[in-house]
This record gives sequence, C-alpha cells and structure tokens, in this order.
Amino acid sequence: MKMLDILFRYAVAFLALLLLWQVGAWALGPYLLPAPSEVLEAWAQSLHDPVMRGHVASSAMRVGAAMTLAFAVAFPLGILLGYRRRIDRYVSPMVFLTYPLPKIVLLPVFLTLFGLGDLSKILIIALTTGYQILVVTRDGIRRLDARYLDAFRTLGGSCVQLIRHVLVPAALPSAMTALKVSSGTAVAVLFMAESFATQSGLGFLIMDAWGRGDQLEMFCGILSMSLLGLAIYEICHVAERVICRWKRLENRR
Amino acid sequence: MNGNVLRVERLGKTFGENSVLSNVSFSLPEGSSLAIIGPSGCGKSTLLAIVAGLAAADSGSVALPSHWKTAFILQDYGLFPWKTVRDNLALPLQLRGVARKTRFAAVSSMLNELGLEGLERRFPVQLSGGQRQRVAIGRALISRPDLLLMDEPFAALDAITREHLQNLLLSVWQRRRMSFMLVTHNVAEAVFLGRFIMVLSGRPATRTLWLDNPCFGDASCRNSEESLSLMRNIREALEEPGIRESGEKVMP
Repeated sequence: MKMLDILFRYAVAFLALLLLWQVGAWALGPYLLPAPSEVLEAWAQSLHDPVMRGHVASSAMRVGAAMTLAFAVAFPLGILLGYRRRIDRYVSPMVFLTYPLPKIVLLPVFLTLFGLGDLSKILIIALTTGYQILVVTRDGIRRLDARYLDAFRTLGGSCVQLIRHVLVPAALPSAMTALKVSSGTAVAVLFMAESFATQSGLGFLIMDAWGRGDQLEMFCGILSMSLLGLAIYEICHVAERVICRWKRLENRR
Repeated sequence: MNGNVLRVERLGKTFGENSVLSNVSFSLPEGSSLAIIGPSGCGKSTLLAIVAGLAAADSGSVALPSHWKTAFILQDYGLFPWKTVRDNLALPLQLRGVARKTRFAAVSSMLNELGLEGLERRFPVQLSGGQRQRVAIGRALISRPDLLLMDEPFAALDAITREHLQNLLLSVWQRRRMSFMLVTHNVAEAVFLGRFIMVLSGRPATRTLWLDNPCFGDASCRNSEESLSLMRNIREALEEPGIRESGEKVMP
C-alpha cells in the first residue's frame, strides 16, 4: 500500500514535469525547446543505436569507477582522521583549506598529468566526490558515542576488530548518505570532463549535438544524462537502505 | 588464604584535583557476590572500571587469579545498534576467533537460557528495556566469565522488570556460580543480590560499612524483618557518613 502510494506520487510528479516541459515547448518554439513527445520518441529510438549506447556506457563506467574509487579512498581515510586525533590535527587543516576550492578547475592540470583518456576524468570526479565523503565520515566518527568504544573495550578486541565491528558500521550511514548526495555533483563534473578533448560519453554527445544544431539529439543526451544521475542516486539509496537497515529502524521510532 | 579470591587493597584514584576513591579494600571469594552501594557520583563506577582493568588506579592494587576471565555490563548496556541480537551475543566469541558453528550453538543456548527466543534477528532498537538488558547479560555471560561486573544494570527499568531480571540473574548464578560484583543505588537490590554488601561514602569514596548478608538470594526474605533491618542499617550508613564498620560512630 505504501509502495503504491509512493509510485503514485512519483507518477504525478513525472506528469507535472512533462506538462511544464510541454508548456515551455509551446512558448519557446520547437527550435529552442523540442516537445517532450518528440524527444521521448527520439530517445526511445536511440536506445537501439549502438553509438548512443556506447556513449551511455562510457559515461556510466567513468562515473561508477570514480565514485567507487572515491569511497574506497575517502571512507577509510575519514575513519582514520576521525579516530586518530593526532593525525587529524595535522591533516585536517589541509583538508579544510582545500575543501571549498572548485576541484573542476584542476581539469586541465589532470588532462596534462594523466592524459586525455578515462583516467583523468575518473580522477577529477573522484576528487570532487571524495572530499564530501571524507569530511562526513570523519565527523561521523568524531561524534561517535564514547560508550560504544567503552563497550568494545570491555569485550577486549584488537584494533582491527574495533575497526571492523564498531568504526566501519558506525560511520557507514553518514558516508552512504554523503555518497548519495554527491552523486549529483559527480554527474555534473562528468559532464564538464566529457566536454573537452574526448569523442565518447554523454557530455561529448550533448556538446557535439549542440555544435551541430541538432536539438533533438542534444535533448536525448540531456535526458540520458539526467536518467544516469537518477539511476546512480537510486542505487546509492537502495544500498544505503540495505546496508544500514538498523539506522532506518532507529529513525522510524 | 591464597585461594581463588579477588583481592582489592587500599585502592585510590584522583581525577585532577578531585579524589574519587580513597583507601578502599575488600576481598571476594570465588562464586560469591558483592553489591556496592553509595551516593551517586561517589566513584562506584570508577572502582568497577579499575577492577575490570579499564582504568588504572593511582594507588593500591587489584589482584585476581590469573585464570579468571572478567566480563563487564555497562550502565546503558553498551549493545551495538548495528548488530542484531544474535550478532551482539556472538561478538565476544567472534573476537576470540571461535568457529562460526560453535558460536551459533552458544548463542542459541544463551537465547534459550535468557528467554530471548525469537528475537535473534532483531536490532536493539526493536527491543524493550528489559529485553535489551537480557541481551547485555547474555553477551557478558557467553564467554563464561569467572567474574561478572555490573554497573547499575537495572537502573533504567521499571520495578516489575527489574525484579524479573534480578531473579534471572540469581538463577543464572545458581547454575554457573560465577562471582559477580554489582554497583547499585537501590538498597533492596543490594540486599537481594549481594552475598556481601559494601557501603561507600560520598567523594572520595571510602568504605563505611561491610555486611555479610544472610538474606542474599532469598526471595522470601524480601519483606522479612531481617531484611528490613538490614536495609535500615544500610540507609543509615548512606545518610551518615560518620558511621564506620560494625555501626560505631566516629567523631568527625
């Protein structure tokens, strides 16, 4: 029943967005904003096009690899900084000085250092998302109730066991939320990274179609990129619900 | 006198300028129990933490037989919210590298013993206060400790649940005969669960009364004349810090 209710509300929101789009298309004319029916039809056809599929696959691979890399590096580092105050004292100022900088401005540097291939793109996306995961994980561990550490000490486990049984599960909920929230930024950075010096990916497709004045293809690209962002967000969301089931039960109370 | 005895001698502890424990001595034979009672914030918990090896004393010594295993139940149970009842119970064994199959067998028998069957897949947040306390007791008992330390284990529970759990603890003790020490500020609980009762004064905590308790573990004793007079004795010792062992008053 609850699931049906959620589906219904999402369907209403989807239709409302389509309606807004349609009104915009009428107001601006087909050149500036093609009608949703036309775009959706072209998009459905493009799903059979191997070129389009290749672009989607490139983009999905880049953003997926980048977010995995970001989590794999930032999550353990965040735990380390949150738990080891002495290391945190020296590393944190560096993190917080560089945190507000727009990482995307380093794109040319990355292209020079790591080449024009996938590596530079993956690294720039990972850098951007990694910061958010790092900061949130560190804060999550610092806020960890000391009684859990006491409780673990009474059981007499090793440091590795402490990480496995206390620190990682305690930090996961906030880190998973950070991963989910940063997925929007990841796709935005992906677009920027793919609009330079590459022939593959949805970012390239969109900018290329724009340059050729092919509105329909450009909107197909925009739609695909939006759906990619939505899919990543939902995957993170589901993973969070499954891995941190206890947190959901706690919040429900 | 060298048998299996926990021996605490002239224990002292200060935090900064505040002395919390001063010259506390006692001994507890194997298979016996001690209830420690005193005003809140007097350093009872610190004493327990020192015996458990979680804190260091500034002076004095704690000697327990080298083969003794200890287990500690914290005031707020210390269950991990991200672990199910089963995983919380199994954790002490898992940390010691006990095989999965043996672990699960131990957990099922513990669930059985503590009346927690059917709750093994729940998370702590899905349990009542009494159930949570049972899990905490189970987690402490699963590694078969020789000495169980409890810091106000039943303080957060309602009167009925508290009494149930006191009975449960006693029946577990009757089967296993481990030694246990519990800190409480409930006089009736001390009389029911303490084979010996030690009353501590306010800060710094010093021992003001030591009782050999004839009413220990006797439910029928709960409202008897004997236990009432014992409780009166303890209350007086708690209210008048000038009272010393065997009830004689000391001039300030």
